[in-house]
Amino acid sequence: MSEAVTAEGSQTQAIQPRERRLAGFWRRFRRNKLAVFGLAIVAVLLLTALSAPLIAPSDPRAQDYALTLQPPGVGGLMGTDSLGSDVFSRVIYGARISLMSSLISVGLALLVGVPVGLTSGYFRGFWDEWIVMRVVDSLQAFPFLILALVIAAVLGGGLGYAMIAIGIGFVPAFVRITRAQVLSVRGRDYVDAARAIGTGHTSIMLRHVLPNSLPPLLVQTTLAMGYAIIAEATLSFLGLGAEPGEPSWGSMLFQAQAYLTSAWWMAFFPGMAIFFAVLGFNLLGDGVREALDPRTYD
Amino acid sequence: MAFLVRRLLLTLPILFIVSVVCFSMINLIPGDPATVILGPEATEQAKEQMRERLNLNDPIPVQYVDWLGGVLRGDLGESLVDQTPVSQLILQRLPVTAELALGTFAVSLTISVIAGILSASRRGTWVDYLSTGVALGGISIPHFWLGMMFIIIFAVNLGWLPASGYEPLFQDPIANITAMILPVFATGLRESAELTRMLRSSLLEELGSDYVRTAFSKGLSRRVVVIRHAVRNALVPFVTASGLQIAGLLGGLVVTETVFQLPGLGRLVVDSIEQRDFTTVQGAVLTITVVVVLINVLVDVLYTFIDPRISTSSGG
Repeated sequence: MSEAVTAEGSQTQAIQPRERRLAGFWRRFRRNKLAVFGLAIVAVLLLTALSAPLIAPSDPRAQDYALTLQPPGVGGLMGTDSLGSDVFSRVIYGARISLMSSLISVGLALLVGVPVGLTSGYFRGFWDEWIVMRVVDSLQAFPFLILALVIAAVLGGGLGYAMIAIGIGFVPAFVRITRAQVLSVRGRDYVDAARAIGTGHTSIMLRHVLPNSLPPLLVQTTLAMGYAIIAEATLSFLGLGAEPGEPSWGSMLFQAQAYLTSAWWMAFFPGMAIFFAVLGFNLLGDGVREALDPRTYD
Repeated sequence: MAFLVRRLLLTLPILFIVSVVCFSMINLIPGDPATVILGPEATEQAKEQMRERLNLNDPIPVQYVDWLGGVLRGDLGESLVDQTPVSQLILQRLPVTAELALGTFAVSLTISVIAGILSASRRGTWVDYLSTGVALGGISIPHFWLGMMFIIIFAVNLGWLPASGYEPLFQDPIANITAMILPVFATGLRESAELTRMLRSSLLEELGSDYVRTAFSKGLSRRVVVIRHAVRNALVPFVTASGLQIAGLLGGLVVTETVFQLPGLGRLVVDSIEQRDFTTVQGAVLTITVVVVLINVLVDVLYTFIDPRISTSSGG
C-alpha cells in the first residue's frame, strides 16, 4: 500500500519549503476528481456526525410500537424499524459511532504501531529481526476479522472493546509500514549528518526520520479509517460491538437480519451509509497516495 | 527444493507465535476465566472443576506444553458445551468452509482476471470505466451487506435461490449448489474488486514497458502481446495479492456463514464465542490460522514457478 511513495520522493520533498510542498500536494490532489469527491463524502460524513441532533428528525433511541416496520415515505424518509424507531435518525446518528470508533481504533493502531515500527526499523538488530518482525508476521497470519473477533470476545464485547480489538488488529500493518519507510530513510545523508554532529537517537528519530516517513502512513491511515468502519459494523453485526439498541450501522444490520423478508429498508439504508463512508475514505486514500507519488510531480 | 525448505523453516517461528496467541486466549480473559465461562452464578465447586478441566491451576508454561502436545497429536480438547472433541467439530465444519472458500476464490479470480485484462487493454473506453467503477464500489461494500441484499433480491423477491440452508455436496448436489450460489457471489464479487484493481494497474505498467513495444514492433498481434507477454509478467504481483487475500477471505467467511446460516468453521467460531466455549474457539482459530500460514507458503512456492528469479535471488 505504501510502496508507491518512495524514499526519493521523501527526499525531494524534504528539500522544499513546507508551504511549497503543501501547495504542490494540494494542486496534485485537486486534479484528481475522484479524490475530491472522496474528500467531499468524508466532509459530509463529518458534518453529519457533528450536527446529528440538528439533522435527525427524532431521537434515534425513541421507540413507538404503534409505528413498527413502516416503509419509507409512510414512516419517515427511510421508514421505521421493528421497534418503531426512525431509521433515518438512526442512520444519521450512526455516522457518529462509525466515525468515532474508526478514529479511536486507527488512533490506537498509530499510537502503538508507529513507535514500535520507528524504533525497530531505526535500531534494527536481533530485536527487530527476530522479535518484532516475527510477532508482526504471526499476527498478520491471523485473518484480521478473526483476530478482532477473538480479542473482542476475550475482552468481553461492547463497542469500547470492539474499538480496541480493531485497533490491535491494525497494529501489525502500521508497524510494517513505518518500519519499511524508516529503513529507507535512516541511511539518508541528512540522518548521517545529524548523527555526525552528535544528535541523540531520540531526536534523530523524532525530528528527521519520523517526519520523512509520514507520507505512506498518511495514506495507510486514511484507508484504515474506511476499513475500520466496515470492521466495527461487522463486529456489531455479529453482536460483539455496539449494543443492539444503539444507533450503530452494524447493529442496525444485526437487527435487520430477522426482517429481510418484510422490511428491506432496515438493511438497505444503514448498508448504503457504510458503503458511502468507506467509499469516501477509499477515494481520499487513493487520492492522497497519488498526490504524494513523485511520479505525478510536475 | 532448498527454497522450499528455507521457506518452511521460516514458518516455524510464525507457527510457534500463532500457537502461543491461541493458547493465551483463555488465560487473557480478564478476571477469573472459570467465572467468565460459567457465569457469575456458578458455584465455587463448579468453577474449581472448570479450572481443573482447563488445567488452569498448573503454571502457564506447563499448561502450554500440555496443550501443544495435545495439538500435535490432533487433540484440540473438548467443547465446554457438550464435551464433543473440538477436532471432531472442526472436521464436521471444514468441508462447508472449504467449499465456500474455493467457490469464492474461483469466482473472485475469474471476475478479476477477465475484468482486469479487459480494463487495462482497453484503457479509457467504457469497458475500462465500467470495470474500474464497479471495482471501486466493490471494495467499499461490506460483503455481508451485499449478501443481505442478494437475499432480498434473489431469494425474497424473485424466489430464484434459497436464502439459507445447506445440504452436503455428495448428498444432494443440486440443493448444495443452489444454496452456495448467493454466498459465493456475495463474497466473491467483493473480493474480486481488489484483485481487479491490482491486475489492471500491474498490467498497465507492463503494457508501457520496452519489451511490449518491441513485441509490437515485431508485428505481433495485440492479443498475443497482451496474453503471452504482458499478462504473464503482471501475474507475479497478482498471485501475491491473491495469496494475501486468502487470509482476509477466510476471515470474511465468518460473516458470510452467519448471514446465510451455513454450518462452517466461521459460524462455529461465532456460535462458540456466544456460548463462551473458548476451547472450541481456540481450536477453530488455530486451524484457520495454520491453514492461512500454509497457503502463504504454497503461494510463495507458486511464485517460483511463475517467476524463477525469485528463488534465485533469495538464494543469495
